[in-house]
Amino acid sequence: MNSVNAAPSLANPAEKEAPLLEVDHLEVQFFTRRGTVQAVRQVSFSIERGETLGVVGESGSGKSVMAQTLLGLTELPGRITGGDVRWKGESLVHDASATLARVRGNEIAMIFQDPMTSLNPVFTIGTQISEVLRRHLGHTRKQALVRAAELLDLVGIANAAARVKQYPHELSGGMRQRVLIAMALACEPELLVADEPTTALDVTIQAQILDLIGDLQRELSLTVLLITHDLGVVAGLCNRVAVMYSGKLVELASADDLYANPAHPYSAGLLRSTPRLDVVMPRLVSIEGTPPDMISPPPGCPFAARCDLAVTECLEEMPGLHTYPDGRKVACWRAFEVGRG
Amino acid sequence: MAEPLATEPKSVHTTAPHVEVRGLSIRFPVGRSGFWGGTTRYVHAVDEVSFSIGRGETLGLVGESGSGKTTIGRAVLRRIEPSAGTISFRGDDITTTKGKQLRELRRHMQLVFQDPYASLNPRKTVLELVAEPLIVHGLALNPKDAREQVADLLHRCGLPADTVDRYPHAFSGGQRQRIGIARALALRPEFIVADEPVSALDVSVRAQVVNLLQDLQQELALTYLFIAHDLSVVRHISHRIAILYAGRMVEIAPTHAVYDNPMHPYTEALLSSVPIPDPPLQRERRRIVLTGEIPNPVDPPPGCRFQTRCPLVHDRCHGETPKLEEKQPDHLVACFAR
Repeated sequence: MNSVNAAPSLANPAEKEAPLLEVDHLEVQFFTRRGTVQAVRQVSFSIERGETLGVVGESGSGKSVMAQTLLGLTELPGRITGGDVRWKGESLVHDASATLARVRGNEIAMIFQDPMTSLNPVFTIGTQISEVLRRHLGHTRKQALVRAAELLDLVGIANAAARVKQYPHELSGGMRQRVLIAMALACEPELLVADEPTTALDVTIQAQILDLIGDLQRELSLTVLLITHDLGVVAGLCNRVAVMYSGKLVELASADDLYANPAHPYSAGLLRSTPRLDVVMPRLVSIEGTPPDMISPPPGCPFAARCDLAVTECLEEMPGLHTYPDGRKVACWRAFEVGRG
Repeated sequence: MAEPLATEPKSVHTTAPHVEVRGLSIRFPVGRSGFWGGTTRYVHAVDEVSFSIGRGETLGLVGESGSGKTTIGRAVLRRIEPSAGTISFRGDDITTTKGKQLRELRRHMQLVFQDPYASLNPRKTVLELVAEPLIVHGLALNPKDAREQVADLLHRCGLPADTVDRYPHAFSGGQRQRIGIARALALRPEFIVADEPVSALDVSVRAQVVNLLQDLQQELALTYLFIAHDLSVVRHISHRIAILYAGRMVEIAPTHAVYDNPMHPYTEALLSSVPIPDPPLQRERRRIVLTGEIPNPVDPPPGCRFQTRCPLVHDRCHGETPKLEEKQPDHLVACFAR
C-alpha cells in the first residue's frame, strides 16, 4: 500500500527494535463525588521511533487524560488504576518517580493546547526556556540564554536574540506556541506529545504551526504523538491514527486506510460529519445522540446506542481490539461492514 | 407575511435588503497618551464596513480573532454604539433608535451565543430561561401560556418534552445550544445573529445544530448573520460570504464564488490553510502559508491592513487603502492587485 510513501521518515522495519513507547491495557479513573469516571478503559497501542501517531476523539473520549499519563501528569481525583506505560521498556507508572524525573521534559516533552496560559507571565521567554536547559543539561545561565536564542531561531522566530528578553504578553498566540515548542525541544527529546497544539489558534497560524511540527519531525527525526479532535489536522501530518471513543480505543490504522475506508462505524461517522472545504453537501451528516455517561458506561460497545449497525451482541458485550490481516486494529463486532449495503 | 424563501443566492439578491450596514466604523478607547494624557488612543476594531442581507438569506461573516466579526454582529443588533456609519433594518435607519422603540426593535433581532456553557444561567430552569424574553416583552398571557409556548419552542428545536423543568447542567453542549436557540426564537424574530454557534461543539454534534439552524430558516423564513472562523461549516449554511481582515472587509461574494474563485490574497491563504480530512490530498495540496503578524489595531498602518503578510504586496498598498470594488458580478474585492 502507499502507506510506505506516507511514512518517509519511518525507521527501517527490518531492524525490529522494541517500540519506543508502549501503552499496555491502560486504565485511568477519576474518583468524584458523583461516582467513578472511567476516563480511559483498557487502552493499548505502541509508538515506533520516527512515526507520527495521531490520536483523534471528541471531548470526553479520554485522549488528553491518556496523554497525561505518559508524563506522569495524572492529577487527583484521577488515578491510573490498571495497566502500564513503558518507555523503552521502563515503566512510567509503577515506582516511576526517578524514571519520570529523568525522562520528563528531557526524553519526552509535551506541548499543550493553550499557549496563553502555559507560559508564566512574570518571567521572560529566555528565562523560561533556560530553566529547562539548566535543570536537565546543567547549562550555566549564560550558556542557556544563548541556546534559548538558537532554539527560538529553530522554531522560526525572527530576531531571536531580542525575543529572549520579552515577556509572554508581548507575543501573539502563534508566537507563544512557537516558544512552547522551542521549550519542548530544548533537551532534544525523542518523543514530542502535542495535545491539541493548534486548537486555540487561527487557521492561518495553525497552518504555520503544523508545518513547523512537520519540518521539525523530519529534521530532528522526532517521534510525535499528536492529540486532536480535528481529522483535518491529522490528515496532513500523521502516519497512523488512533480513534478514541468513551475512553476506549476503537480503531487504529494507517492514516490513508482510515480515511479511505474506515472500519469502525464511529470512525466512519466522524469522517462523514466533518464538513470538508472542498465538497459541497446539501446537508451535513451528524451522528445522532450523545456519548454515554462515563460513570456507568453501558456493558456493551459504548457506541452501540448511536450506531446504525448495532445488533444485540453490541449492546451486551464489549468487543475487544482485534487485529485484522491488513494490520489495522478495530474494536467492533461489525468491523468493515460500514457502507456495505 | 414573509417573502418566499430563496435557496439560490441570486434570487435573494434582487429583493430589498432586510438588514443593511453602510460605512460602519467602531473604535474603542484603550487609554490615554500625551503629556497630560490628553490624547485618547483607540482600537480600530471595525473600519468602514458595508454589507446588506436579503430577507431569508444567510450571510456568513468570516474572520480570524480580532478581525471585528463579533463587534459587527453586536453593532447590527444595537448592542454596541458605532463610531460612524448607519444600520438599517427593514428599510428603516435604526442607528439612533432609542428607548421604547429600540426595545420593540429587539424583539425582531436576536442573538445566538457561541458558548452554550457560559450563556445559560445555571440557576434557572429551562422554562425560566426560555420564557424570560416572553415575559419581558409581554408576549405570554399567563404562566400556563408561557409554559405551552416554551414547550412548543423546545419541541421545534429538537429537545424532549421533559426538558422544561431541568437545569442547564443536565444537558450536553449540543442540547444547551438548542436551548440557546429556542430562547433566541422565543420572540419570533425575523433576523438572527449567530455568533460562532457551533465552535464550542464536537464535530458529530456540530452538524446537528447546523442542520437545525437550516431547518428553522426554512420554516420561519429567518434571516441569518452567521459569524464563524470555520470556513468548512460556513460553506454549508451561507448564501453569501463576507471575509474580514483586521476590521476591514476584504471580499464579499456568493458562497460558490468565494470557494471556487477567491480573489483577495487573504481569502486564498485562508482557504488554503484549512486542512482537508483526506491524507493523500492534504499532503499534495499547494498551501499558501502566511508569514508575518496581524497589524496592531491601535495604530494600524496606513494603506491595506494585509500589507504586512500579503504575498502580492507592492508600493501602492503601503500608502493607499484599497476600496471594496465589484471585480466580477456580485463579487466585491478590496485589493489593488486584483
